[in-house]
Amino acid sequence: MATVHLPSGLTAFTGGVDTIDIVAARVPDLIEELRHRFPQLGDHLNGMAVAIDGEIYQDPGYQPLQSNSDVHFVPRIAGG
Amino acid sequence: MPKLHVEATINDEPAEFLCDPHETLLSALRNGLGLTGTKEGCSTGDCGACSVIVDGRLVPACLVLAPEAQGRTITTIEGLSSGDALHPLQQKFLEHAALQCGVCTPGFIVAAAALLDAKPNPTEEETRFWLAGNLCRCTGYDKIIRAVLDTAAHNRESAV
Amino acid sequence: MSTPREFKYVGTRPIRHDGVDKVTGRASYGADAAWPGMLHGAVLRSPHAHARIVSIDTSAAEATPGVKAVVTASDFPETTAALAMGEAAIDLRDISDSMIARTKVLYHGHTVAAVAATTFDIAKEAAEKIKVVYEPLEPVTGIDRAIAPDAPILHPALTTKGAPAGSITGPTNVASRLELKRGDVDAGFAEADVVVEREFRTAMVHQGYIEPHACIARCGEDGRVIVWCTTQGPFVVRDASAAIIGLDPAHVKVIPSEIGGGFGGKIVVYLEPLAIVLSRKAQRPVKMVMSRDEVFRATGPTSGSKIRVKLGAKRDGTLVAARASLWYEAGAYRGSPVGAGAMCALAAYKIPNFLIEAYDVVVNKPKVAAYRAPGSPMAAFAVESAVDEIARELKVDPIELRVKNANAEGDQAPYGPKYGPIGLKQLLETVRRHSHWTAPLGPNQGRGFAVGFWFNAGMNSSATVTLDADGSAAVVTGNPDIGGTRAAQAIMVAEELAIPVERVRPGVGDTDGSGFTDVTGGSRVCYATGMAVIRAAEDARDQLKARAAKMWNVAADAVTWQDGRVIPPPGTEKAEPLTVAEIAAKMTHTGGPIVGRASLYAPMAGPAFGAHVCDLEVDPETGQSRIVRYTAFQDVGKAVHPSFVEGQMQGGVAQGVGWALNEEYIYNSDGVMENAGFLDYRMPVASDLPMIETVMIEVANPLHPYGVRGVGEVPIVPPLAAVANAMRDATGIRFTELPLSPPRVLAAIESAARVPVGA
Repeated sequence: MATVHLPSGLTAFTGGVDTIDIVAARVPDLIEELRHRFPQLGDHLNGMAVAIDGEIYQDPGYQPLQSNSDVHFVPRIAGG
Repeated sequence: MPKLHVEATINDEPAEFLCDPHETLLSALRNGLGLTGTKEGCSTGDCGACSVIVDGRLVPACLVLAPEAQGRTITTIEGLSSGDALHPLQQKFLEHAALQCGVCTPGFIVAAAALLDAKPNPTEEETRFWLAGNLCRCTGYDKIIRAVLDTAAHNRESAV
Repeated sequence: MSTPREFKYVGTRPIRHDGVDKVTGRASYGADAAWPGMLHGAVLRSPHAHARIVSIDTSAAEATPGVKAVVTASDFPETTAALAMGEAAIDLRDISDSMIARTKVLYHGHTVAAVAATTFDIAKEAAEKIKVVYEPLEPVTGIDRAIAPDAPILHPALTTKGAPAGSITGPTNVASRLELKRGDVDAGFAEADVVVEREFRTAMVHQGYIEPHACIARCGEDGRVIVWCTTQGPFVVRDASAAIIGLDPAHVKVIPSEIGGGFGGKIVVYLEPLAIVLSRKAQRPVKMVMSRDEVFRATGPTSGSKIRVKLGAKRDGTLVAARASLWYEAGAYRGSPVGAGAMCALAAYKIPNFLIEAYDVVVNKPKVAAYRAPGSPMAAFAVESAVDEIARELKVDPIELRVKNANAEGDQAPYGPKYGPIGLKQLLETVRRHSHWTAPLGPNQGRGFAVGFWFNAGMNSSATVTLDADGSAAVVTGNPDIGGTRAAQAIMVAEELAIPVERVRPGVGDTDGSGFTDVTGGSRVCYATGMAVIRAAEDARDQLKARAAKMWNVAADAVTWQDGRVIPPPGTEKAEPLTVAEIAAKMTHTGGPIVGRASLYAPMAGPAFGAHVCDLEVDPETGQSRIVRYTAFQDVGKAVHPSFVEGQMQGGVAQGVGWALNEEYIYNSDGVMENAGFLDYRMPVASDLPMIETVMIEVANPLHPYGVRGVGEVPIVPPLAAVANAMRDATGIRFTELPLSPPRVLAAIESAARVPVGA
């Protein structure tokens, strides 16, 4: 059961919900489930980085999730 | 307009090159003679990356016209090491890690060589003001100044 | 945690392998190469900051003797593609349009056409013969103008991404809105005993690398392209150029030269696609080198900003609420680092209630590019100035205030996830104990303190470690070396293989010779690429163990590695421990060459904090100030080559000091930069700075085998506020606008002096 946290700017598309529990083995499954539950999220998650238990993945790819992973969607940032 | 033929002594060797009348010494060194150790950072005489010594005087090569080199003695970074021995400044820059990207380094070493010729025992302040015409964006100058002061000290010890 | 590892080479200071080439001038930078048959390229740039392009007539240029090719936007395909290029998804259309204008010019200096000719002078003169008809438009010269209701609009189709539902999203110059929220700010401020609210401004500044952009491109008859260029990311040059031009990246090879500084400004392409297309048209190599003027006007400086900060604290020093609104200039196309600024602004502090809004604003200035911790320095200037004010109001020591509110491992970062081990509290204690903190000050002197935060980028890295029969090794990665990373990589290989550092040859590969690697930047090379290097060395070591096992005729998993030797299982006959050199000498007989390799995608983890103390002296008669003493403290995780870590800290301090005291893009009302040269764009010189003392603490980053944290970017974050806080201490005046140039400081001092005492 991963706990997903959405930034407050996206809660407009989830009816105000910013914390969601989802069972998913990998990030793509998690995103698909999120879109399924909140169709208005649409493409808004595209281009966001995903933090899994404190480690931020600019491109989350097929990153696996643990049974109690803490997941945050964060803006992608660039270094210099 | 036909090119001008210039003869000069560069790094203790007779040299000659062709140049346009309005061409800079910097361009003649880099493009005419393949001496690319002298770098171009601004071409307005503000960054010191093109520092060379002409007739004993430290100048930015971007502000010297190539034809002005006629008959003169010029030292570039390529002329500082002798044989397989690095110039003491070069050695100290390496030991002090006084370079990061290294593009300003030839200019600094030439300018510092001119400093130590003029003033073998400079203070930190004198060193900083002498080198104020050389920009470095990587190091914050700390290790560069240490390397120059250490070279001066080393030179004094060797002379004894 | 078991006993910390004892290192033999990590933490030492060997002379860098490429050092002799650098001090003799032999090292080859972008402009130092010349290829046979080479042409020279020159660019025609827009004289207007904002205008429609009505027509372009290149015929006079094309007819000029010596001119071999002319290109305009019509030579580049239209694209709406986005390219996932490492750190941020880059809209290719914007990059392509910024590189050469199609229908509008959006900044003074915007490329309109390029010419290749037998000499640079011919190319330049021919470019000036190109007839461009413009319809000038009113320029948007800054944030205030851009967000005004009657602002000229740069991009009619632009809408505000992330705008609150139901709000008007266009036509606008605000490209996006980001919100970070926690708790209830209004309730938080209601319980505050002290509230500080200020508006801060910083100007557009440039990375200031001494080496201008330069490249040579050659397009062959078979359509294959080779590019030699100065870049932080050869794979970015390859993929972005290929995508912009419509080439197959498999046909493009990029060879990175030595790089004369980047700081984030050489992650984008400016010249390379132009040079490639010119070369394709002329069927000869084309060399292009920017002038310093062009570097200022037409590359990627960083954003000017407007930041409003409101902070609330209880009398005991607990921060209870924070509100911040950030507007950052994106330049002519969207994509400022305002998101990162929002994420970093409160990173140091445990604040239960906050609301941060961040706006990305387009203006008629060059498209901004990354500059060392992009977005964080301006945010730190604002927040750390406000924290300093709170400390003064509460009469609390500035360090004490921060200790009280400092985040630690397990606390939630403002952008969501919990922090792993971080060194902020240890850093603060280190500052407190340092002699600088309590040293006496002289007349007209003030002391300022500030902390700063930046991430540690991960992403793609590849490395190979190849052994030679004499037991030496070569390590190759795809990361150009800006600050001594080759030396650090050699140290890592030496450590893992127990061979001397001088016996390791570190190199930078081209895009064919090295596995895909993301840019040199984001403080990622010693961290992420370092991990790949260590793993590649471990892979080589595993192969060495297997070879030894073969020689001893024992099972591969029965041998062990200890103190630089492979040890046979006890009791093996005729078997003595073997060194790397001894095993490598027999490579051919035991299975062939030994090549260790590794590639990985690393997460961003192990961010770092810095804390700076700045002593500044002001001349009240001229407004000029000088830095009297500066100490930079930083959590570096593990310093692989301490001299180069110190160098990163000192360099970041110098850039931050310049940003705080003198650097700014000065624009006139037509949107033209007036100080596009090193004389008037005033960066610090040797006489402006004292020795910069560095203090490193090492709180290990658990993700890296040695504990390395990225160090390159953090040091530019605290100086803006440290200097401004020192100025407050020295003058009694809170400056909220940078730079603190002498005219600004003098005017404020004189104005303050006119206020009657007791008012």
